[in-house]
Amino acid sequence: MLDDSDRRLLRQLQNDPAASLQALAARSGVSVQFATRRLDRLRAQGVLRGQRARIDWRALGYDVAVSLRFTIDKTDPRAFEDFLAAARAVPEVVEIQTFLGRVDLRLSVVARDLAHYHEVYRHRILALPHIAEIEALMQVATLKTDERLPL
Amino acid sequence: MTGLDATDRAILRALVEDATLGSAALGARLGLSQSAAWRRVRRLEEAGVLAGRRLDLDLAALGFGVTVFLGVKLAQRGRTTLAETERALTAIPEVQTVEHVLGLYDYRLRIVARDLSDFERVLRRRILTLPGVGNVEANVLLSEERLPGPI
Repeated sequence: MLDDSDRRLLRQLQNDPAASLQALAARSGVSVQFATRRLDRLRAQGVLRGQRARIDWRALGYDVAVSLRFTIDKTDPRAFEDFLAAARAVPEVVEIQTFLGRVDLRLSVVARDLAHYHEVYRHRILALPHIAEIEALMQVATLKTDERLPL
Repeated sequence: MTGLDATDRAILRALVEDATLGSAALGARLGLSQSAAWRRVRRLEEAGVLAGRRLDLDLAALGFGVTVFLGVKLAQRGRTTLAETERALTAIPEVQTVEHVLGLYDYRLRIVARDLSDFERVLRRRILTLPGVGNVEANVLLSEERLPGPI
């Protein structure tokens, strides 16, 4: 399992994902060879699945972000699968989550402006199958985004 | 930044999948020279469209078995200022995202925890003790997909 060196390396990598292997090893207090070996192992174990670029949708002119929370009609056993497959096909959907709780599913939707959002909502979102209820939370501001784990 | 062409879009899609791709690898994939690929990536970074990287980690393997989305309603008669509540919420290490939203809730939080009792500790000791915090609603994350979005 993971030991302190693994945690240190991951902590440093979280802080600066673009850092060179040399910098990462130095900051973690280990040799480059050791760091290489450990990171390879973390990848092989599936702990470190990769690095994804973050896109700032506002910078691309998508000024509206809405969190749509759904409860779905679970009387149909295929309700989740059908809904998920249809939601994946909507280009403006950037995140899909499923939950245990009052809400079954959540979609993050981006749009250029309110008129565009209205369009997406009416023609793509309301057309998704098995919807029982929808609640919308419109994002006003993001105060914190820090997905680093307290390792 | 507007006016992305098909090549910019292909670059964004490739980097969302794997942010570690260098300009040589990107260029080879898209039929561009290394320097042309580098210039395009640089332009997307300068425009703020490429906003850093995110590690894709297996949270459960790292000991964080639970992610909760928490809707927070502000207390009716706040005894503290909005700024104080926001500061306190963003300072909690387990709280990864804080978004100010319009709708059923005032804030949307993404929280990681080791397990449900660890989440309960964060909720009771760090969040519900804040005077500005009123009703909360917790939904436990079961699955999550991030999609490339409208690019």
